[in-house]
Amino acid sequence: MAEPVARAEAILKRFGADAPALDGVSLSVAPGEVTGLVGPDGAGKTTLIRILAGLMSPQAGTVAVLGRPPGDARDSIGYMPQRFGLYEDLTVLENLNLYGELRGLPASERAAAFRRLLEFTDLSRFEARLAGKLSGGMKQKLGLACALVRTPKLLLLDEPGVGVDPISRRELWAMVGDLKAEGIGVLWSTAYLDEAEKCDTVYLLNQGKLLFEGAPGALTARVADRVVSISGFGERRRRFLTEALDSPAILDGTIQGRSVRLLLRPDARFDPPPNARAEPAAPRFEDGFVEMLGGGPKGTSRLAERYRTIPESDAPMIEARGLTRRFGDFTAAKDMHFQVPRGRIFGLLGPNGAGKSTTFKMLCGLLTPTSGTGAVAGHDLRTAAAGARASLGYMAQKFSLYGDLSVRQNLDFFAGAYDLSRAEAARAIEAAVEVLDLEHQLGRNAGSLPLGFKQRLALACAVLHEPPVLFLDEPTSGVDPVMRREFWTHINGLVEKGVTVLVTTHFMDEAEYCDEVTLIYRAVQIATGTPDALKAKAGALAGAEDPTMEDAFIALIEEHDREAGTQREAA
Amino acid sequence: MSARDAAFDPRRLAALIRKEGRQIVRDPSTFLIAFVLPLILLFLFGYAVSLDTSRTRIALVVEDGSASALGLAAAYRNSPYFEVTTVRAMAPVRALMVDGRARGIVVIPEGFGEGVERGRPPPIQIITDGSQPNTAGFVANYAEGVRQSWALAEGLGPAAAAADPPIALSPRFWFNPGLRSRYFLVPGSIAIVMTMIGTLLTALVVAREWERGTMEAMMATPISMAEFIASKVIPYFLLALASMGLCTAIAVYVFGVPFRGSILALLAIASAFLMPALGLGLFISASTKNQFVASQIALLTAFLPTFLLSGFIFEISSMPLPIRLITYAVPARYLIPSLQTVFLAGDYWGLILPNIATMVGFGFLFFFLSFRATRRSLD
Repeated sequence: MAEPVARAEAILKRFGADAPALDGVSLSVAPGEVTGLVGPDGAGKTTLIRILAGLMSPQAGTVAVLGRPPGDARDSIGYMPQRFGLYEDLTVLENLNLYGELRGLPASERAAAFRRLLEFTDLSRFEARLAGKLSGGMKQKLGLACALVRTPKLLLLDEPGVGVDPISRRELWAMVGDLKAEGIGVLWSTAYLDEAEKCDTVYLLNQGKLLFEGAPGALTARVADRVVSISGFGERRRRFLTEALDSPAILDGTIQGRSVRLLLRPDARFDPPPNARAEPAAPRFEDGFVEMLGGGPKGTSRLAERYRTIPESDAPMIEARGLTRRFGDFTAAKDMHFQVPRGRIFGLLGPNGAGKSTTFKMLCGLLTPTSGTGAVAGHDLRTAAAGARASLGYMAQKFSLYGDLSVRQNLDFFAGAYDLSRAEAARAIEAAVEVLDLEHQLGRNAGSLPLGFKQRLALACAVLHEPPVLFLDEPTSGVDPVMRREFWTHINGLVEKGVTVLVTTHFMDEAEYCDEVTLIYRAVQIATGTPDALKAKAGALAGAEDPTMEDAFIALIEEHDREAGTQREAA
Repeated sequence: MSARDAAFDPRRLAALIRKEGRQIVRDPSTFLIAFVLPLILLFLFGYAVSLDTSRTRIALVVEDGSASALGLAAAYRNSPYFEVTTVRAMAPVRALMVDGRARGIVVIPEGFGEGVERGRPPPIQIITDGSQPNTAGFVANYAEGVRQSWALAEGLGPAAAAADPPIALSPRFWFNPGLRSRYFLVPGSIAIVMTMIGTLLTALVVAREWERGTMEAMMATPISMAEFIASKVIPYFLLALASMGLCTAIAVYVFGVPFRGSILALLAIASAFLMPALGLGLFISASTKNQFVASQIALLTAFLPTFLLSGFIFEISSMPLPIRLITYAVPARYLIPSLQTVFLAGDYWGLILPNIATMVGFGFLFFFLSFRATRRSLD
């Protein structure tokens, strides 16, 4: 193997008195390879990348880039931080020029280098546009171009795939493939476990510790032959999953559209229920990760067990009828139409900025539609927005708690905000604390909780008033797969009790849990259906076998763009 | 930091300054702070806010009907400083004082005319409103001044005019004979404007680089921290001087404030003041890395002291000792007298140079602190 372009040995990095952000982590990046730095939020990925870029120094351990301290090798390092490091009030070309000059790119080479980079990133048409006016995907490409102005030997990319649409993400991977061919050593950090499978070598970090290093196939090989896909029980799949997860033979299980994907314990046998079909399924990197974390949670949600049963109803619980919102001459969401019956999960799927949040906010009654209307639990948004709000629980992974209040104070606050009586509040809080195991965290500030507890607390606050409808905004982005499963166990349990769920996500895994999803792209719904139906449609369009949700998304967007193109030509 | 990074590369600096210039031009808020805000301040201080007491309302009680008494009364009525309500007796006047319609009472007593004819004019009585000491002092002095002028004009002689005391006091206000507050408020507002640009704007733009993550990307390039700091200092130094020039032009041409010194002296003073102003701005932003906190701290440590503790509005000599001691740590304290000297008196280098030296000293201190705080590290 060639001499690595970067090497870190036994890195220890600690901030204040907390547990170390990096605890004895070693890593090396080989030239001409994509090295994946994979792990959930808080794993220490960004810290390690900053140490390799020479922006932080570890308390113990050694770092070398091309055999030198990183601070001496800056000319050979290309670095794209999480927020791309672009000046929003400079144009595309001015940003490139700035980085070219700062990195000492000779003036004579500049024109040719910029032309090549703009072509490479497909930004030539936009060179005079302000960076702040670019879409997320284009910003990311420009960030990459700026990191490449002087072809580096080591390219550090800090979570380049977050929040951009799947097409841009796929293009980025193609670009990185080209760079790899030029002999550049690429370090790609990500919280998406599916991206790990595309890397040559993977370092899996969790809470500052290295769990795995090697080819991604080596981790998936550990769980090979233990993954089965079980289908043929239609609507009962959530109940089936609950039962399966409670069985000692099952290590992990997830819903994949209409089927359930199970990971068996080594040497365990599992007999599928009668009438169901069991087929072996391809193992994934995520399966290996879950196994290393000790398996997923049990299937029964105690939160759901204590929840009231929502009365049967034939009317749709969530309804959007032509919801449209314009900001000035910009249409953020156009003509949204969907209905969600009681006890179903409906997903709004799309990249950042597509119009998911706008639609979501209109249904919450936080944003007045420019035209169209909707209803939540029978309350029309135009006439009874307050009633609609009172019958829904809202949870966002990132924003819904008060970080400076303690767990107890957060619960009290939300009980008050949802207008529970003193006795109701006391009962609801006691129940939530007990079933979500928050007992020992009550006095802690919500902001200082570990991610998993934050997520539980956010869920507890959202359902204190036992609403019939639950709105989830990117509920599990960036958390580790076990926490995500625990969360969805609760949601699945609540849905069995008749709760109706609306979820927005750009995370394809979350989409698999939905009964129905609608793909939102540039403010319009381009396709609606069950995850399986969308995948089948995409399979037919792209000729792919066993397409993932992401493949489906890409194929449907391309189809949409083609149609839009034909319509333009026809007109 | 390696030897290579520490090298100062003029080309990189030029690139950074070009970038900063473009951002200044494109960011409307920068333009607002540098050019619109100064205009608002100047017009506010020039027209709306006035510390002048011209045309103070007083009540004149004329108890004597003689020609002399009426002449003195006319002198008060003709004075540009007073708006006079004339009455015959004390009784109604008290009410005027109580509800604030009169700020002072001048009483020309009975027998005033007889006294004048005998060559010994009796004293007049001046009553002032002690709840407003500034105005009270003004009324007392100017009422006495009017009487003296009248006495001189009547040929009553200095001795007679002074109404006893053998030494006559004849006040004369140099440099600003009309005591127009505009003359010192407008130059003073230049100090406010330079503080806004030097400290507030600089603190904001550096903190913005931290917030938007561009600082991180900059630190990963080969630029040195000296280049980075210079690329912030030079554009905002020039911007502040331009804004100062605009203010001066408006002060002189629109408000008619005299400019008796030289442009060179003005530039020297402004440049000296910008050193601590910029240094403080850099230090604040390097230590907070957050636009909101930086702006709060800049308001507290730069803007308010410049406003309150520099002698701009409140006389430093009339402050209690502990506060007076604090003013020595406010760089603007050295700027305000220098500016007022250059505008109203001229180039008195003996007064200006020590002030410049002190400001430069503060400048070095703040720059030293900000270099220490701006490390090339995210730790």
